[in-house]
This record gives sequence, structure tokens and C-alpha cells, in this order.
Amino acid sequence: MKWLDAALGRNKPTGPDLDRLFGVPDAAITLQVSLGMLPTGLGSVCFRAAEGAAFSTMQDDLQQLLDADGGPKVEASTDAYGFTWLLARHDPADVPGLVTELHAVNSTLQDNGFGPAVLCSLVGFTASDGRRLALVYLSKRGTFYPFAPSGAEQRDTALELQVRSAVAEDMRIEPDLARWFPVWGAPGL
Amino acid sequence: MTTSRYLPDRGLSARMGFTIFLLGALFVVLGSVLVYYFAFWGLVFVGGFLAVQWFFSDRIALYSMGGHEVTPEQAPQLHAIVDRLCALADMPKPKVAIADTDVPNAFATGRSPKRAVVCATTGIMRRLDERELEGVLSHELSHVAHRDVTVMTLASFVGVLAGFLTRMAIYSGMFGGRRSSNNDSGGAPVILIITLVSVIVYALSFLLTRTLSRYRELAADRAGAFLTGQPSALASALTKISGEMGRIPTKDLRQAEPFNAFFFTPAVAPGFSISSLFSTHPSLEKRLDQLGRISAELGRPTA
Repeated sequence: MKWLDAALGRNKPTGPDLDRLFGVPDAAITLQVSLGMLPTGLGSVCFRAAEGAAFSTMQDDLQQLLDADGGPKVEASTDAYGFTWLLARHDPADVPGLVTELHAVNSTLQDNGFGPAVLCSLVGFTASDGRRLALVYLSKRGTFYPFAPSGAEQRDTALELQVRSAVAEDMRIEPDLARWFPVWGAPGL
Repeated sequence: MTTSRYLPDRGLSARMGFTIFLLGALFVVLGSVLVYYFAFWGLVFVGGFLAVQWFFSDRIALYSMGGHEVTPEQAPQLHAIVDRLCALADMPKPKVAIADTDVPNAFATGRSPKRAVVCATTGIMRRLDERELEGVLSHELSHVAHRDVTVMTLASFVGVLAGFLTRMAIYSGMFGGRRSSNNDSGGAPVILIITLVSVIVYALSFLLTRTLSRYRELAADRAGAFLTGQPSALASALTKISGEMGRIPTKDLRQAEPFNAFFFTPAVAPGFSISSLFSTHPSLEKRLDQLGRISAELGRPTA
């Protein structure tokens, strides 16, 4: 009943679709084999913190939960646009573990009613020549896109397109290029 | 168990639905009178006029506000905010434009979400901080998601048609009097009936479209606040702009909306500005009340 919702001016905020996040470990192997890019062991989740006590309480609880495993602590930071990033560090070889942690962050937000606040999750990669790459997961769409910054506010579009064709079989790539928005200076990049 | 913090406003939806129903009923009244008296061409003419206005709504609004599209390189901050809001809302990214005027305003227009354009003035970007600007843009993007240009163009159809017929009746009464007396003697009452019905329909539809417009503003506020999770930032932007608008000389305001005067339907224009048309917008108090309720809902402890 899309037309009715439009007529009455209402739209339900979209929640995240998290299952496809688990396509990252396969893509990581492909990236290593075909492009020589290795995971950095860094991953982050970006969300828009809602105002009020409910959100900050939940975020504190979440960080305690993630830090309880004795590994490196999860770092929270706020970017220039008011979005919060939770940065998780893992052993670079343990991509499935990193993805599980990112998934935990996403599902905790969702369980507390803040699913619509999730913007994206990303996993960092690096090449031997120093080029950096992030696979960004658009939670609302259930799709990935590559983001490769090169220098100040410049994108290495060639590398991004190379990655797109390399991992197309391991994960669903966002078909609409206009939605491949840049995340300059994102933690975990 | 997944909970949702989004609280639907059934009252608002019901009021909006009822207003649309009344407008439809008015159209049936006017339409049956027209079809009865074979004034079908008026229907086609006004329909075509509004269709053109709807089809070119993005270009008309941009042109009249003096807005020009900007690339991500020209306005990285504005683009980044829109990028993120669109990713949050899962909607295609509209074109982004800036209008060089000091009037603090923003609007979104375009016939569909894919052909939409969001425009902010340099005045609003100067006055608001990033959070507030984001709130304003989320309000405008909600207009796009709700397809408000299409809905309001359809809603204004009855009123424009009635206004058009009233004018035509007056002109034909002034210039065509001799012809009608020579011909059939039943000509005068027909014009009288059409005029009378048109005037009544025009008055009623004028009130209804404005009511509907106010409801849609509330709906956009609400959707925008849930999108960013920051109802208070939007509230603060509204307060700032309303305060500023009062202090700006009227000349600037008139310059900002020339195409409202250009079309003979000032009631509803195909652009949705956040503050230039006060009467089509709910009172600041009402909007702040609603945002306050949303803020309380977002802060409610998880059960």
C-alpha cells in the first residue's frame, strides 16, 4: 500500500538487513587472492545516536559487553556530521570474528528499537603498496560498496571498480553508484 | 524481541485522509456540474496546466528561487549530509542545489523521488549549525519521500479549476453578454450556476488544501525527526528561522516567491519551503509540541 502511505504522508523508518554482513570473510579471501589486499583487522559501525537517555544507556551497555571479552577495547568517536563510529580491533587473520562483533553492534541497536539509526558498517583492507580500501555495508539496502580514498578527499575510482568486479560473486554490490557515498576519515579505514 | 521506537500518529493520518476525502467530494460536485453543462474543456485545460507545472516542478522552483545545482566538490558538506540522510532513509539521492539569497529557507521539489531536488539558501546555511541544517534537510527529504509535490498538485486541482471557472464566468459575463442574449435564453442561468458553484468550491478547497498542507508539514517534521533521531535539533532550527524571518524586510520575502504571484493559485505552490508561506504551515508552537513528544518517545527507557 505504498500509494496510501504517500497519500497519508507516513513512512516507517527502514530497519537494517544484517544477514548479508557474513559475506565479508569470503570476499576477504577473494581480495587477497586476486588483488593482494589484506584485511587490517579493523572494522567499524556507524550510526546516528538519538537524543535522550535511552540511547546513551544502551551505548554504554553495548561497549561494556564488547569489552568484556578481554580483547582490545572498542573505541567510540563522533565525526564532523554528528554520527557515532564504534571501532573494533581484531586479529587481521580473524575476519569472521570481526564480522561477528560488527553484527553484535548492529543487532543490539536493532533490539533496542534503534535499527533505523544504523548508517553503515565497514571493514578495512590494505595493499602492500599502502593503498587503503574499505568494504562498506549499507545496512538498509543489504548491499556493499568499495571505498578507496587516495589523498585528501580523492577517491581511487579505478581500484573501487576493480574491487567491484572481483568480489561481485561473494557479496551483493550496490548497483546504484550514486549511493556509494564517501566516508572520509572513517575509523577503521 | 525487536522493538520499534517509531510511533505512528493515527490521528494525523486520519485527519489527512478525511481532508483528502472532502477535496475529492468537492471535485465530484464541481465535476458533475461541469459535465452536466458541457464545460469539459475547462477541465482539460486546467488539468494540462497543472500537469505541466507538476512535470517541471523541479525546474520551476529552482528557477524562481535562483537556485543552481552544485557538485559534491562545490558543496562537500551539504552533499555529505544529504548522502547520509538518504542512506539512513534508504532513498535515492536527489539533486542538491544552493540558492544565493540571504532569506533563510530550504525546499524540496520534483515530481518523483528519482527526479527530486533539494535546495538550501546560503542564508540558512549561514545561520544554522550542522545539526540544525541536517534537521531541516531531513524534513525536506521527508517531503520527497511522501511525494508531496504530487499529492499537493492533485489536491490543488479542484481549487485551481474552480478559480479558473470563476474568472472565465466573470469575463464571459463582461464580454459575452450580448451573444448569450441573442442565442438561447438559457445561457445566463448556466453561467450563474457555474459561477456560484465555482465560488463556493473555490473557498472550501482553499481552506482544505491549506489544512492538508499543514498536516503534511507535521508529517514531514515527524518523519524527519525519526530519521535523524534528533527532534530537538529540528526544533531549534525552526525556532531560529522563525525568529529570523520576522526581522527580514518584506522586500526580500517577496523576491523569494515570485512564481506564487505568477500562477493564479497562490494557495499551493509546487515547492515546499520550510518558512516562506506561513499560512500553509502549522504554528511554531504546534510543531515544537510534536517534536517534544517525539523526543520523549526516543528517550524512553527500553522495556
